[in-house]
Amino acid sequence: MIKLAINFLSAPLYSFTAFCILFVLAMKRMDIVGTKKFGMGLLIFTLVIFGWMVSDPVFFSVISLPDNIPIIILNALVFWSTWFSLYKGHQNDLRIAAGEPPIEGTPENREKVWAWPNLVYTELFCIIACTIFLIVWAIFFKAPLEEPANPTWAPNPAKAPWYFLGLQEMLVYFDPWMAGVVLPVLIIVGLIAIPFIDINPKGNGYYTFAERKYAIAGFTFGWLALWIFLIQIGTFLRGPNWTFYGPFEFWDSHKVVAENNVNLSEFFWIKGLNVALPKNIFVREIMGIILTGVYLVAVPFYVTKRWGQDMLSRMGGIRYYLLVFLVLGMMSLPIKMYLRWFFFLKYIVAMPEFELNL
Amino acid sequence: MSEGFAKKVANTQVWKAIFRHGPPNNARNRAAVVAGNVFLHLHPIKLKKSGVQLGYTWCMGGLTFFIFLSLTITGVLLMFYYRPTAEYAFTDIIGLREHVPLGIMRELHRWGAHLMVITVWIHMFRVFMTGSYKPPREFNWGVGVILLVLTMLLSFTGYLLPWDQLAIWAITVGSNMAKATPFMGNGGPGAMLARIGDFVMVSDKNDVRFQLLGGRFVGEAALLRFYILHCVFIPLVVAVLIAIHFWRVRKDGGISAPL
Repeated sequence: MIKLAINFLSAPLYSFTAFCILFVLAMKRMDIVGTKKFGMGLLIFTLVIFGWMVSDPVFFSVISLPDNIPIIILNALVFWSTWFSLYKGHQNDLRIAAGEPPIEGTPENREKVWAWPNLVYTELFCIIACTIFLIVWAIFFKAPLEEPANPTWAPNPAKAPWYFLGLQEMLVYFDPWMAGVVLPVLIIVGLIAIPFIDINPKGNGYYTFAERKYAIAGFTFGWLALWIFLIQIGTFLRGPNWTFYGPFEFWDSHKVVAENNVNLSEFFWIKGLNVALPKNIFVREIMGIILTGVYLVAVPFYVTKRWGQDMLSRMGGIRYYLLVFLVLGMMSLPIKMYLRWFFFLKYIVAMPEFELNL
Repeated sequence: MSEGFAKKVANTQVWKAIFRHGPPNNARNRAAVVAGNVFLHLHPIKLKKSGVQLGYTWCMGGLTFFIFLSLTITGVLLMFYYRPTAEYAFTDIIGLREHVPLGIMRELHRWGAHLMVITVWIHMFRVFMTGSYKPPREFNWGVGVILLVLTMLLSFTGYLLPWDQLAIWAITVGSNMAKATPFMGNGGPGAMLARIGDFVMVSDKNDVRFQLLGGRFVGEAALLRFYILHCVFIPLVVAVLIAIHFWRVRKDGGISAPL
């Protein structure tokens, strides 16, 4: 009964929405999130839930697939690093609010120490710990090896390596040229551009949350919700034919999912105006082209005029519009996800004639 | 007794020939041990206390570098036993598994590769959360982003080499994306505009996917290409970028600390 409910609720629509709501709440209530009690409580809660889920044979068969062990390690490290950095940030925020320097800036911590032995021994310790970890891992888990390569028989599902499964999951919502080329390039360019966009001089060299709220919220949203979360869905919840399967649902390749996604042009001309699709493709896609233009030009223009003047003059035009463009690119993914879930929208602009589907 | 012995060893001509200074238990020798050693001189001689604390750095960047080194060593060892051809690749891997008693080189290499992707991600997250990309470290953050992408490409190219079902279909899925590159991929937007009459300029015989795989599908040419990318080309680029990355960490003021 509970397992059925979890299967149902882990569908991307509900789980992604819940994740986003929890994310916003966490960012708003750093006074709760940034405490040891919260971290311990969440850790115990997660371990208990995870332990209970692993006891299910179906879920266990999925997480023990070859190459899924690294994702468990990734999850543990992401979980710890997120909480720990927010905890340290919150500690520093309290100190700064009380008029003290951040913990990294106390006179004691600004003192210079010898690299030998302080740094060298720390590194040695980390290297030894990492070596032991890797050797134990290598002894207890054989590297996966399947049947010899057979170009005539494709396994179902055929999955990319786990670190690219976020991109493969985007393929559900975008065509390959967006999910596989444009968005990854935007991610790389966006990451490199971060230091040039973020002109806030505070928070350089110490953990903090309050001094750079929006930078941290924006970055961690992309990192956790649009990268890590999608990897989880792509790895654990996508079975044959890339169909969604709940964590306790057997990967039955005959599961039938109604795929009746429609393009915006069909919505507009056939359902809205009750006429046939126009022959000229640019007329046919006019609504999608206008909407894309509104999204890329009119929305930023209006938002800037209404709320962004201050920011624009502070950052300068190039920085500001680069930021706007990157944020619009990033948010296009959740927007497209919700349009698919609520309206079964396939493409906003569909020009298969040019392989240009948006 | 042991102290006397250590002193005697430190006074031998051999010790002095190798290390050129006494044991690092006083200020002068501690400076000399770091400055006079080609590996240790990546470090500054002295640094702020906040920068050596594990709670601050998490040592994720250092571990990424260490895993890169161990992957180089295990990778070289694996290369002795592996032939990148469709005929031998899979059977060589089987041989590694069946005929090497207690062999864990392939395991160390594969799990290490996964771990390196993870540690480099967490390293980036730490650098972001401490604001360490802010001036004067903007450039080095960019180098780091490129290194992160190259780490994933290293792992991706290595994924094909076992030449099993997991490998070729993961690479097929991944490289199919290249087909969709605008203007440069056969199935990408704009590609069909690039034609003169019946002559198609971007076809599946010359688009970016073809260049990547050396063919129209993941076959023997792709195996050789990925092998060379994985073992030679990308590691060389990564090594150069790591040198720049470390150099700039030092030149941009060392591990970040409050200004």
